[in-house]
Amino acid sequence: MNAGSIYTLVLALLFAVAAGLVGSFALMKRMLLASDVISHLALPGLGLAFLFKFNPIAGGAGTLFFGTLLVWRLQKRTGLATDAAIGVVFAAALAIGALITPREDLVEALFGNFQGLSLPGFLLGLAGVFLVIAAVFQLKDRLTLSLFSPELGAATGLNVDRLDLAFLFIFSLTVLIGLRFMGALLASALIILPAATARRLTDRLAQFILVSMALSVASVAFGFLISRMVARTFTVGPTIVIVSAFLFGCSLVAKNREKADVAAR
Amino acid sequence: MTRLKRANVGINAVEVRQLALVPALSAKRSVMATTLLTVKHLGISFGHRAVIQDLSFEIGSGDCLAIIGPNGAGKTVLLKSLMGMLSHSGEIRWSEGARLGYVPQKVAADWHLPLRARDLLVAKLRTLKLPEEELRSVCSQVGLSAEVLNGTMGSLSGGQFQKVLIAFALVGRPNVLLFDEPTASLDELTEDRVYELLHFLQKEQGITVVLVSHDLSVVYHYATQVLCLSKGMTCMGPPHEILTPDRLEELYAAPPKYYRHADVHDRHAEFDSPGREE
Repeated sequence: MNAGSIYTLVLALLFAVAAGLVGSFALMKRMLLASDVISHLALPGLGLAFLFKFNPIAGGAGTLFFGTLLVWRLQKRTGLATDAAIGVVFAAALAIGALITPREDLVEALFGNFQGLSLPGFLLGLAGVFLVIAAVFQLKDRLTLSLFSPELGAATGLNVDRLDLAFLFIFSLTVLIGLRFMGALLASALIILPAATARRLTDRLAQFILVSMALSVASVAFGFLISRMVARTFTVGPTIVIVSAFLFGCSLVAKNREKADVAAR
Repeated sequence: MTRLKRANVGINAVEVRQLALVPALSAKRSVMATTLLTVKHLGISFGHRAVIQDLSFEIGSGDCLAIIGPNGAGKTVLLKSLMGMLSHSGEIRWSEGARLGYVPQKVAADWHLPLRARDLLVAKLRTLKLPEEELRSVCSQVGLSAEVLNGTMGSLSGGQFQKVLIAFALVGRPNVLLFDEPTASLDELTEDRVYELLHFLQKEQGITVVLVSHDLSVVYHYATQVLCLSKGMTCMGPPHEILTPDRLEELYAAPPKYYRHADVHDRHAEFDSPGREE
């Protein structure tokens, strides 16, 4: 393995920690649909970057930033209109991105790549990961309050709207870090899947967050190993998602067995 | 009668006279207790609909103020505005050092979260940067058992959940508790316990209580001041002056439907409240 590959793998594993952490809160906030939209909004930015040969991450960051504000505005209104608007934005972003991204770069934009990472890119990613983790730990208690009941949060003196926005930015920063590895289509998958699995396994908040992070790291590690050692034709990003989905499937079986045990007693 | 204070909610002069309100704050009361809250010309509207208009009143420290009135009179809205959660016109001024605790009526909460009561209380303690030892004192204050503390929010009964909410409000040592229909979804035995707890907090710990309640016997029993909110007529005074049959009839007969019926209906509806899910 050369230095670039090591950078890539280390950053991917750290990204998994951040994704599991952010995912546990995103799941509790029930913002899965919104989060999918955010990650897809990176695609037009990636497309522009490939087209005009500038850094894809810079392009993704541009449209992600815009998308985050858009989703926040949409969230503040409620009802069917939000769903409809989010659906429209989501589809439009994907279509625009698909059109402007050069053919040969499309697969990479959609599903990511694990090719060598430069040292500056690695350091930037590292800074991003630590920023995400520090911010979530800083906001953990406030998020917990506003998650359970925005009203009780407000009664405690929290500005719930601003907290929502802060979390959305943390979320999109996480997506941005994962964009390189997982692509616009799958960047949010590693945020969602491990959290969903962890939720099935525990009712304790601290455990839930830890399990979510552990599952996320395990998905990246095994996905990477499988695509490098076992099935070398597999693209790494999708393999990671499949491992993650497989773990979710296992949690279904485990939980059902537990239920059967309880019923038998 | 001389101790009655006047509270305006867009009242016309005739109705004020009908209620025989004396629009003055008695010297006696203001000596008895220092003023904790001053509300002047409060107005709240949602869009074009004015819910509260030109409402003025005061609360002394150590009081137990009960807010009564028919559904839709703006009781909850008033409480939320006192908490600073709603934009309003006019003035709401808490005296310096007032720390508020709020117990909402219905919590639009997410019951499926992997959260224990303990997590919620600790989250508030940490948010307010208070030592976690305070958790113990809050729990003993309301008699919250370790079992309830370690149960997930979705598994708590209505009464247990109400206790958790009160404990939550007490985190940060408030000297004012605002209570919205504290017993709306509870059976009578639990209801009594909650009111005893409230009374204990007010009497023994000197906490000022502002309470929205439909239960007039409770109001009569525990309140030191009663504020009637109703479309068209509003009044305030001690319970034995406000809760007279004549005045109540005037207050509640004004709108065609007496609120009691709706109240009973509410209780049935809330029987399956989300506190019992899972």
